[in-house]
Amino acid sequence: MPRKVLESFNVSYLQVLDADGHLDRDLEPNLSPEALRLLYRSMALARQLDLRMLSLQRQGRIGTFAPLMGQEAAQVGSAFALEPTDWMVPGFREAAAYIVRGLPLHSILLYYMGREEGNKTPDEQCDLPVNIPVASQLPHAVGIAMAAKIRHDPCAILAYLGDGATSEGDFHEACNFAGVFQLPVVFVCENNQYAISHPRSRQTRARTLAQKAIAYGFDGLQVDGNDILAVYVATRDALARAKAGKGPTLIECVTYRMGLHTTADDPGRYRMKAEEEEWQKKDPILRFREYLKGKDLWDETWQTQIDQEIDAEIRGAVEAAEADRDFDPADMFDYVFATMPPHLQAQQAELQAVLGGAKEVSHA
Amino acid sequence: MPKLTMVQAINLGLRQEMASDPDVVVLGEDVGVDGGVFRVTEGLLDQFGADRVIDTPLAEAGIVGTSIGMALYGLKPVCEIQFLGFCYQAFHQLKSHASRFRSRSRGRYSCSMVLRAPYGGGIRAVEEHSESTEGFFIHTPGLKVVVPSTPRLARSLLVSAIRDPDPVIFLEPTRAYRSPREEVPEDVETFPLGMARIVQEGDDLTLVTWGAMLHTCLQAVEQAQEEHGFHIEVIDLLTLSPADMATVIASVQKTGRAVVVHEAPRTLGFGAEIVARINEEALLSLEAPIRRVTGYDVPVPLYARESAYLPNEARILQAIEETIHF
Repeated sequence: MPRKVLESFNVSYLQVLDADGHLDRDLEPNLSPEALRLLYRSMALARQLDLRMLSLQRQGRIGTFAPLMGQEAAQVGSAFALEPTDWMVPGFREAAAYIVRGLPLHSILLYYMGREEGNKTPDEQCDLPVNIPVASQLPHAVGIAMAAKIRHDPCAILAYLGDGATSEGDFHEACNFAGVFQLPVVFVCENNQYAISHPRSRQTRARTLAQKAIAYGFDGLQVDGNDILAVYVATRDALARAKAGKGPTLIECVTYRMGLHTTADDPGRYRMKAEEEEWQKKDPILRFREYLKGKDLWDETWQTQIDQEIDAEIRGAVEAAEADRDFDPADMFDYVFATMPPHLQAQQAELQAVLGGAKEVSHA
Repeated sequence: MPKLTMVQAINLGLRQEMASDPDVVVLGEDVGVDGGVFRVTEGLLDQFGADRVIDTPLAEAGIVGTSIGMALYGLKPVCEIQFLGFCYQAFHQLKSHASRFRSRSRGRYSCSMVLRAPYGGGIRAVEEHSESTEGFFIHTPGLKVVVPSTPRLARSLLVSAIRDPDPVIFLEPTRAYRSPREEVPEDVETFPLGMARIVQEGDDLTLVTWGAMLHTCLQAVEQAQEEHGFHIEVIDLLTLSPADMATVIASVQKTGRAVVVHEAPRTLGFGAEIVARINEEALLSLEAPIRRVTGYDVPVPLYARESAYLPNEARILQAIEETIHF
C-alpha cells in the first residue's frame, strides 16, 4: 500500500519592517504616536541602562549580569503587548521587558548589586523574579496558566526563553503540558544565535526553533526579532488567541546578542567580528528610528531630550541603589519560611552576635 | 470510628481539604481516572472533577514546576510523584525554585504546595522504588519534610501540610500504607509541623526514629522491655525539617542514652545531624556513645537482599543493649 502523508506543516516568518526600512502596510499595527514613541524610548532606555551597567560592572560597582544589547525589540515589542493583569515570566536577560512592565530601575540595579530586594517585584505587577537556571521558569509559566484557567481568570502568561533553552528538558515538559491542557501561555524565544559559545546551529538540527511547537500541537512562528512591529504584532495576536481559549503559541524572535553573554564572557573566542558587524547593520533601535522619522515622530531635538531624560533617570537610579546600603545581613533568616523555626532563630542569634562583635571591633 | 489504612486516611484528608478549600488541587501521573497507583487519590476525580484532579503527562519536572506556578498564582497544589525514586528528575525544581521563591523575592512570592511521594523499603518493589533519600530534601533550606508513621497521624499531618504556607515534602512510608490500621475520626484533625511525638515514655534510653521504622523499633523496644526490663523512650520525629530537636534533647537529658534508627544510608543520614545536635546540646548528660542503626552506605539492593539492608529488630535490640550496657 502506498504511504500516506498524515500531516504536513508550514512554519511562517513574520516581518513588518525590514532592515532597509521597507514597511508592509497591511501588517503594520495601528499604534498611537504616543505608543510608538514609548516603544522607541523604552528601547533607548534599555540600551543606555545596559551600557551603564556594563561600565558599573567593570568598575566593580555591580556584579555579574547578562547584557541584552541587540535584543531590545524582541523584549520591548513583546512585553508591550501585555496587559497589567497578564503575567511575565522572565529568564535572566530580560531587563528591557522589566522596564516595559514598570519595574523600577532601582530594583534591577539592586539585584545585580547582590540584593534580593531587587527581586521583590511590585505587588501590583504579576511578574516573576529573574530566573537563573535555563528553561526552569517555563513550567512555572505553565502552572500559572493552569491556575488562571482553573479560576477562569481572563489573563495570559508570557514566558521568555533563549535559543539554548530549547535544548533543555524543562522546555519540552512545559511545552507539552501547555499543549495538552491548551493553556493561555505564550513562549517568546529570543533566539540570539548563541548560548554562551554554542551556536544556534549546534542546539538543534531543526531549521527553526519555531517548528518545535508543531510537535506539541500548537502554533509556532518565526519573526524578525529586530523588527519591533513584527514582535509586537505576533505577541499581541498570540496573547489574544491565548485569552480566547485557543491555546499556546511559540514565537521565535530571530535576533542577535550584540554584546556579551555575561560580563564574564569573551565573544572573541567563538564568533567572528565580521558577523557582529553584519548584525550591527540590523540594529533594532536604528531601524525603528527610521520608521518614526518617516512618521515625523523623531528628530534630533526629541532624541536629545529623551537622551537627557534617560541619563537623569539612570543616574538617579544608580545613586539611589548605591545609597541603599542600610540592610541587615542577619535578615537572611527572615524569609526562609513564613514562620522562623527554632534552629533558624538560634542561627540568626548566632550571626547577630558575630555581626555585633564585628561592629564593636570596627568602632575600636 | 472506622479503622483505616494509611492509604485510606490520606485519601480522607485529601477529600476533606479539597471539600473545604476550593484552591486545593491534586495533580500527578495516574492520580485521576486510575486513582493513583496505590489508590491514595481514589474517588477524587469523581467528586471534584478534572479541573481539580489533574492527570498529567509523564513528566516529574513538569509536575513539580507546574505545581510551583500554581502555588505562585495562589492555588494550593498537592502533587504526587509516584515514587520518591523519581523525584530526582524534578529535584532542580524543588532545590532551585520551590525552596527559594520566598527568600529570593523577599516574601513577594511563596510556594504553598505539598509534594506527596511514597518511599522506603520492605514491599518487594522493583529497583528505584525502595529508597529513603529524605536527606536531600532536609539539606535544602526552605523545604519542610514530613514523614507520617500511622494512619491517623498521616491524615492530620497531611491536613497541616496542605494548610502550611511553605513547600512540604510529604513522604509516605509504603510499608505502613496498608498496615497497621488505626481508628481515624471523621472530624478533621491537624498535627503541627515541626513537632515530634513521644510514643512511649521511659528512663533508660531515648530511641529516635520516623516512618515505617517506628513499627520495627516498637517491636524491638517491647522485646527489650520483656527480656531486660529496659524502659525506653520512643520519639517519632514526624517532621524531619524543621525537626523538633527540643523534644529529643530534653529526652536525652533525662535518659542519658540515645539510639537513632533510620532506613537511609548512614553517612550524612539525618541520624548524623541528630547525633551532632545531641553532642552540642546534651553532651554532659550522655552516659554512652550514641548509636545509629541505619541502612548501609550502598545502593539499596533488590528485594532478595533488602531485609539484610534494612534495620531490623535484632540490629535495633543489639544497639539498645550495647548502649545501655556501655
